[in-house]
Amino acid sequence: MTIAVTTPRFKDNVHEALHDERLQGALLHASNFIGRRSTAVDRLPEFDALRDSARAIKDHTLAHLDLYLEAYERKVAEAGGQVHYARTSAEAVDIVLGLCKERGAKAVTKGKSMISEEIGLNAALEGAGVEAIETDLGEYIIQLRGEAPSHIIAPAIHVTKADVEADFRRAHRDLPPDRDLSQPEQLLGEARGILRNKFLTADIGITGANFLVAETGTSIIVTNEGNGDLTQILPKVHVVVASIEKLVPTLSDVAQILRVLARSATGQDMSVYTTLSTGPRRPGDPDGPEEYHVILLDNGRSAMLGGDFEDMLRCIRCGACMNHCPVYHAVGGHAYGWVYPGPMGAVLTPSLIGVAEGGQLPNASTFCGRCEQVCPMRIPLPKMMRHWREREFERHLSPATVRSGLAFWAFFAKRPALYRFATNLGMRALNLAGRARGRFSWLPFAGGWTRYRDMTAPQGPTFQSQWRAKSGAVR
Amino acid sequence: MDEAVKPALRVGLFVTCLVDLMRPSVGFAAVKLLEEAGCKVVVPSQTCCGQPAYNSGDRATAQAIARQTMAAFEDCDAVVAPSGSCAGMLAKHYPELFADEPDMAVKANAFAAKCHELVSFLFDRLGVRKVSARYDGAVAYHDSCSGLRELGVMSQPRKLLASVEGLRLVEMNEADVCCGFGGTFAVKYGELSDAIVRQKSANVAASGADTLLAGDLGCLMNMAGKMQREGRAVKVRHVAEVLAGMTNDPPIGEAATGAKR
Amino acid sequence: MSARDDIFAAIRRSLHVTGDEAPRRAAVASRLAEAPIGIVPQRGQGDAAHRATTFKAEAARAQASIAEIARVEDVPAEIARFLRDNNLPATLRMGDDERIGALPWAETSLEISFGPSDGHDLNAISVAFAAVAETGTLALVSGRDNPTTLNLLPDNHIVIVFASDLVGDFESVFSKLRSVYGQGRAPRTLNFITGPSRSADIEQTLLLGAHGPRRLHIVVIG
Repeated sequence: MTIAVTTPRFKDNVHEALHDERLQGALLHASNFIGRRSTAVDRLPEFDALRDSARAIKDHTLAHLDLYLEAYERKVAEAGGQVHYARTSAEAVDIVLGLCKERGAKAVTKGKSMISEEIGLNAALEGAGVEAIETDLGEYIIQLRGEAPSHIIAPAIHVTKADVEADFRRAHRDLPPDRDLSQPEQLLGEARGILRNKFLTADIGITGANFLVAETGTSIIVTNEGNGDLTQILPKVHVVVASIEKLVPTLSDVAQILRVLARSATGQDMSVYTTLSTGPRRPGDPDGPEEYHVILLDNGRSAMLGGDFEDMLRCIRCGACMNHCPVYHAVGGHAYGWVYPGPMGAVLTPSLIGVAEGGQLPNASTFCGRCEQVCPMRIPLPKMMRHWREREFERHLSPATVRSGLAFWAFFAKRPALYRFATNLGMRALNLAGRARGRFSWLPFAGGWTRYRDMTAPQGPTFQSQWRAKSGAVR
Repeated sequence: MDEAVKPALRVGLFVTCLVDLMRPSVGFAAVKLLEEAGCKVVVPSQTCCGQPAYNSGDRATAQAIARQTMAAFEDCDAVVAPSGSCAGMLAKHYPELFADEPDMAVKANAFAAKCHELVSFLFDRLGVRKVSARYDGAVAYHDSCSGLRELGVMSQPRKLLASVEGLRLVEMNEADVCCGFGGTFAVKYGELSDAIVRQKSANVAASGADTLLAGDLGCLMNMAGKMQREGRAVKVRHVAEVLAGMTNDPPIGEAATGAKR
Repeated sequence: MSARDDIFAAIRRSLHVTGDEAPRRAAVASRLAEAPIGIVPQRGQGDAAHRATTFKAEAARAQASIAEIARVEDVPAEIARFLRDNNLPATLRMGDDERIGALPWAETSLEISFGPSDGHDLNAISVAFAAVAETGTLALVSGRDNPTTLNLLPDNHIVIVFASDLVGDFESVFSKLRSVYGQGRAPRTLNFITGPSRSADIEQTLLLGAHGPRRLHIVVIG
């Protein structure tokens, strides 16, 4: 019961996104992350070396994931917490619903968690009669709008201030209708007040985890608002839902990765709140949850280990890739059609929902390489998108026109003499057809191009034919 | 040439299919630049670097074309392409294509090590620091993605352009952002590609440049095609043409007017 | 087979291991025991004076306010001043930490209360477990001395940092953690706090005081 997948209609999504003026205006903000990241990186000479260190730590962890998971669950138990295992989204949802039911929970607060989107947790909770309140301001806003997040760090980046005011007026009906909500400060203040009450009265708090530390059995969340903290320390029960690749061996290892996380995401050196939670409250603790549960989710990760897409398991969900992606900048996150947008979404989505449903995404890339250039964990994103294209090609999933076009090209490319002959003939003909203007407004078989752009006419005889004519050399 | 005379390198020109088919003058400009820098240029019979097949997931075809290409250029000291994306294919991806075949991998690595993009070859390998060309105009330079991110081509073209008499280099906004070409992407995802190239076209216009240059013909045809569809009067050429002082042919997408430069 | 069994089996299958291999077990055991340190940035390093200067600059960058006083006895007066200067009510909540409990609060007109926060406190004061120079970050641990809710619920949070607890990097904080709590142990909550609460979710406009404190005031002693 996850978010509805619209990835197969990616091209339609693109069309809608490009014609959505409001969205296009909002997307201009996505570029701000670029300069901020760049400034933060410039201020830290060790940044690139830290990326290498972070990659090595994750690679080591993944190669020993079974053993680190064992160590981690031992430590969680020692600290008085409980670990649950879920093979699939459905199992994870069932565990959460079971915990809620056993405790008669009526209301649950949620820290920002992409995993909870992946498993469709909110819909399941609502279906079970449990109120699920998103507390991250961006997530709260889109929850009011009934939308999915459009960016993994800034989920409401596609929403304007005017939208938020309208949503708040619609949802917060108990407040005086003549109140002024024209400024962002007022909107924030209103959200703070409304959510403060929810924090204090929730039965269960559910968060994700940026990291799970085997050394101490600790879960770590990284926020700027403090909502994750209020979610996890106020209610009687704290539930962490995290996928298995979030494991990191030690606190020293966490320090390495933390140094590249916030800088890559928002350009901050550290997020405002980086919080380490280990088990429920101890004897003598005046505050904190009485119960601490961790649900470890597989949902396709174990299958990625040891394979072509293993590198993707290093992802720390910073969002730098999408912040630098020309495709993301053009259409925003919803166009990708599921939970994870941008380059990381293009690689991860087919792994999690299958290449038949998710295969459009790795094709919709120019391989410009900016994502790989900025990824703090040095994930070779274009290479993995190419792997998906190889899988599709092997399984004949690419469109017939593309396959036959390529086969036609390949036929000639493998036969140099024929190639030179045919291309020379073809280009001379095309040149004759186009020489008056120097370009074509339309060409058969090139509609995808000429619909939007003129197509240059060739200069005439090919270079190789001219070279041979000049030099008389035969090789 | 600024450097002491070196023994003539035997340079195989990898002309690239787009230059071969669409704009041979770029190939001749490349030859001129290489010969002026003291190279002996040969042009083995060639077709394609295999990138269209490679990026479409057809590894088998890409490997076949790669074997053919490596054989054709076997007796060259260096292989030079007037294209960052083709040079990137040869220098960075050929080894990856044969990563699972130890014998071919060795060959591919050796081959890759001698493959270069044209401008970086002139500047970094041959030590060329200036050219004797002349070009009157305000020039914006677009950094093609593969050249920039796979091969580190960024300062070299700008430094050589700075030595062109009469040429004024203007930096446009987001010069290092993709133009939206991406090979088959431009056709498969036409509307998306169009959105990206529209942004590029706007950046070119905002820069005030009357000329747009880059090192990749695919990018150039994409950007020229868009600007011409929008009615923008910007002259688009391959950077080699300007560096070689060979700008008699009409710019990309324009017809011969009879007026010579 | 339970979900746990299935997941472990799937992981081991993908990695082509049984899980019993001695070299793997040894590698994991040794990393967990030794917790090797990676790259530590230069930025937070140097002598105490340098660390203090870096800490203050970085904390200010994150929009915390910072005051330096020579003696811990001057804390009550500094807090009273801070509240007054910001037109805040003269109330203050704190935990059981003796280092501030025993201070001359009576010399001020501040109304002091003790214990965790239930959301109705405007101002709270904590003592930091450590402060990290490289990023201007405070480290606060849970417990009766400095209840975690004081870090998050009040509008204004004041944190005392003893100069001897001002370290250069995160590794030093973790090292101290291990020596205080023991090998493989951590407090129930460790908050790393860098500046006041903020959000940029409304049209990317940066605003302070999202859910946590609007103001963070750091008082460095010594």
